[in-house]
Amino acid sequence: MSWEVVIGLEIHAQLTTKSKIFSGASTAYGAAPNSQACPIDIGMPGMLPVLNQAVIGKSILLGLALDAEIGKRSVFDRKNYFYPDLPKGYQTTQFEFPIVGQGKMEIELEDGTKKIIGVTRAHLEEDAGKSVHGLVPGQTGVDLNRAGTPLLEIVSDPDMSSAKEAVAYAKKMHELVQYLGICDGNMQEGSFRVDSNVSVRRPGEPLGTRAELKNINSFRFIEKAIEIEIERQIELIESGGTVVQETRLYDADNDTTRSMRTKEDANDYRYFPCPDLLPVIITDEDIEAVRATMPELPDAKRARFVSEFGLSDYDAAVLTSSRAMAEFFEQLVTLTDAKDIKLCANWMTSGFSAALNRDGLSVEKSPVSAKGLAGMIVRILDNSISGKIAKQVFDAMWKGEGTADEIIEAKGLKQITDTGAIEALVDEVLANNPSQVEAYKAGQTKMLGYFVGQIMKASGGQANPGQVNQMLVAKLK
Amino acid sequence: MMHNLTIKQMSEKLRAGEFTSVQLTQHYLDRIDKFDAELNAYITVTPELAISMAEEADKRIAAGDAELLTGIPVAHKDIFCTDGVKTSCASKMLDNFIAPYDANVVTLLKKMGMPILGKTNMDEFAMGSSSESSYYGATKNPWDHKAVPGGSSGGAAAVIAAGLAPMATGTDTGGSIRQPASFCGITGIKPTYGAVSRFGIIAYASSFDQAGPMTRSAEDSAWMLNAMAGFDERDSTSLERETPDYTIELERSLKGLKIGVPAEYFGEGLDSEVSDVVKAAIAEIEALGAEVVEVHLPNKDLAVPSYYVLAPAEASANLSRFDGMRFGYRCEKPNDLEDLYKRSRSEGFGEEVKRRIMVGAYALSAGYYDAYYLKAQKLRRMVRDDFIKAFNECDVIMGPVAPTPAFNIGEKSDDQVSMYLSDLYTIPVNLAGLPALSVPAGFAQDRPVGLHIVGPYFSEAKLLNIGHQFQQVTDWHTKMPAQYQ
Repeated sequence: MSWEVVIGLEIHAQLTTKSKIFSGASTAYGAAPNSQACPIDIGMPGMLPVLNQAVIGKSILLGLALDAEIGKRSVFDRKNYFYPDLPKGYQTTQFEFPIVGQGKMEIELEDGTKKIIGVTRAHLEEDAGKSVHGLVPGQTGVDLNRAGTPLLEIVSDPDMSSAKEAVAYAKKMHELVQYLGICDGNMQEGSFRVDSNVSVRRPGEPLGTRAELKNINSFRFIEKAIEIEIERQIELIESGGTVVQETRLYDADNDTTRSMRTKEDANDYRYFPCPDLLPVIITDEDIEAVRATMPELPDAKRARFVSEFGLSDYDAAVLTSSRAMAEFFEQLVTLTDAKDIKLCANWMTSGFSAALNRDGLSVEKSPVSAKGLAGMIVRILDNSISGKIAKQVFDAMWKGEGTADEIIEAKGLKQITDTGAIEALVDEVLANNPSQVEAYKAGQTKMLGYFVGQIMKASGGQANPGQVNQMLVAKLK
Repeated sequence: MMHNLTIKQMSEKLRAGEFTSVQLTQHYLDRIDKFDAELNAYITVTPELAISMAEEADKRIAAGDAELLTGIPVAHKDIFCTDGVKTSCASKMLDNFIAPYDANVVTLLKKMGMPILGKTNMDEFAMGSSSESSYYGATKNPWDHKAVPGGSSGGAAAVIAAGLAPMATGTDTGGSIRQPASFCGITGIKPTYGAVSRFGIIAYASSFDQAGPMTRSAEDSAWMLNAMAGFDERDSTSLERETPDYTIELERSLKGLKIGVPAEYFGEGLDSEVSDVVKAAIAEIEALGAEVVEVHLPNKDLAVPSYYVLAPAEASANLSRFDGMRFGYRCEKPNDLEDLYKRSRSEGFGEEVKRRIMVGAYALSAGYYDAYYLKAQKLRRMVRDDFIKAFNECDVIMGPVAPTPAFNIGEKSDDQVSMYLSDLYTIPVNLAGLPALSVPAGFAQDRPVGLHIVGPYFSEAKLLNIGHQFQQVTDWHTKMPAQYQ
């Protein structure tokens, strides 16, 4: 008998604001412990929260992108529990009236199938601090730098039925929040955190008891963790056991999940409206003002890249994998007067992407700008350099040795297009290889490649390969 | 004697050079030295800070750069955070707490150049009506040392009554300015919710807490409120409106004023002598040209039960930050995290505070939230609507502040419900967020009795006008207990 898998995700996305959601302290990552925690973040007596208005527009933006209802009146509540990283003894969050209501998102699986995943809601809340182990031997410290960092908790409907769907959804959301510019998406630094609720059932039966997999910081591990959790639950039930509602941690080293806390430990959070904060009122005008700033979203951009630029689906997907990548590409096309869009696309998807990956850089941090790369592509297009020489020029540009023109000039890489010079090289190579010439004339036409190689080598790669080819064919007739 | 002057007179004499701020401040410090060991109205006295601030004030006065309140000392309730000076909230939990910041009110009064005499005693975390629940011991009523001064701002009321400060800050969550003002024979006003910033005031029940002045007279309160009130961007519930001049209406005639007197306020449980004093005071104001109309506040009995669900609910969360982690009391040798939480809080909080945290947590817990918290919110709206309706028929409402004069120390400390019911006239005002004034109106059983004047939102200037006009024809506010004269 088969099993049906039910998965819902809760995604915590840290919003890209300079200061915290309720205080003026910086949200920058990686500062010395507690150096970015002000009296409000520390929960000192008499301190009061003041909402950072920047989070409202960012939330509306996500809501619009998810085709969701925007909460015209959203309310902050207090979620009460004690933990050392929670300074006030309550988390300020939104419970009954979230800022973003029901929405949806379409995902596409590797095999091309598409599926709509419901988004239950997204609400604003403050992040907690962190426990620090090992700084003081035998004691646990608390770092409150992260306390008060704005979060949007994006809750999906339980619409996913495999680990692959869950990861496709998480990736799509990850791409979306970065496109919208509301979250930097850095999973290693915890800017984008995915909790998965996983349960299994027999088809047609009510929902099974779920387990929650928390704080897994890569898509690959999320997929593995969900898969082994599904297996664990099925094996457990088939061997006569029952799944208990609990939070489980994924252990990447041993590829297992283990229980962190069960429902028996669950708190009664005693939610109630926070009397220190007024309800957030959003008008239609506010929503329209945000809509006017809405960037082109990934799906629309991909479709346009295919229709407008004639790119393959694959190239379009790579070139729209981030907003920065897509902007870089569009600049490149403009700066090269759209003379050879395919060439631009090839350079972006191969040489440029490879260099970024090798050095672990984002597009924004690339040492070669769109203008710089365009300067090089223009030289390929006007036959000043060959594609092969271009790789050499690109590497030099990447190392900061100058513009394409400066490098071509300094290294003498300009392509030889002078017919006389090329003819001399052709004649020389043919004269030095009489037996190969014989073989060619006897019908071994593949020898042509050998001659081209020899001529290019003799020219230091600078001869125009097209011209070399033409001349060879003529001379060998 | 300097301590019998009004604030305006003090200010004039400071500018005229008749005495300096240092002399004035020292006068109060000497009186504190002489009387406070017995009275126990201050938790902390700050003589060095006071004198150095007085010296600065004298320089400003000499340079002609003085405001009306420059050089006049003030005592802060120990719930206002003061940079560098202990702020205990009268709790063992914060016996070691020194804030690295000032409450907004403290900042404003510092800017005025008002030397800080010290921090006054109160009920622990402002939870109480007698100032007996202080970790530092009960404050005595200057009129009768056997009596409580009221609470929670009992220390503040006592220092004004005894002449140990010319002005004091108080906070009023369910009557904590007005009831001690009544018990100690002084003037105190709770402004409209949001008129004075709550920033830096240790929260008890955030949607009720409101700070205000405690002084000898309505005129003094008007000057002090001018300095305390105003929009503060650090408090989201602070009202974004221009701060009026609260002294501007002081001299206005009361001709044509419509006084609403709710019959419900003079029913069972009200001490007959208190009733007589209040009625006589209302008659006095009527004689100034005002008119009495009957109004009804039919839901007044819902106020106390509503308040004792909502205030503890808010408090239960507000006081969670006192967990032994980052500041305040931590128990000795905790076994583990849970032990640290439990013992730090059990040992650091007093009985009444623990009672209210438990009541509040209960009212918010799963399965009870609708029956308690939501129901109480409904009652709160009903009580507010009563007032709004009543103000269609009158300009202000008058009645008693408390059903009795000051009770004896120890008399009600074992009977919390009876203690809670002593706030039945003041609590409805906090539920509605309205402004209200208590002015001395006479004596019952030789203990002071206040007249309660409640107005519509933002009617502080009107309330102070009425108080001031009443004080032009009466002298209750000038009386001092014999030993403190």
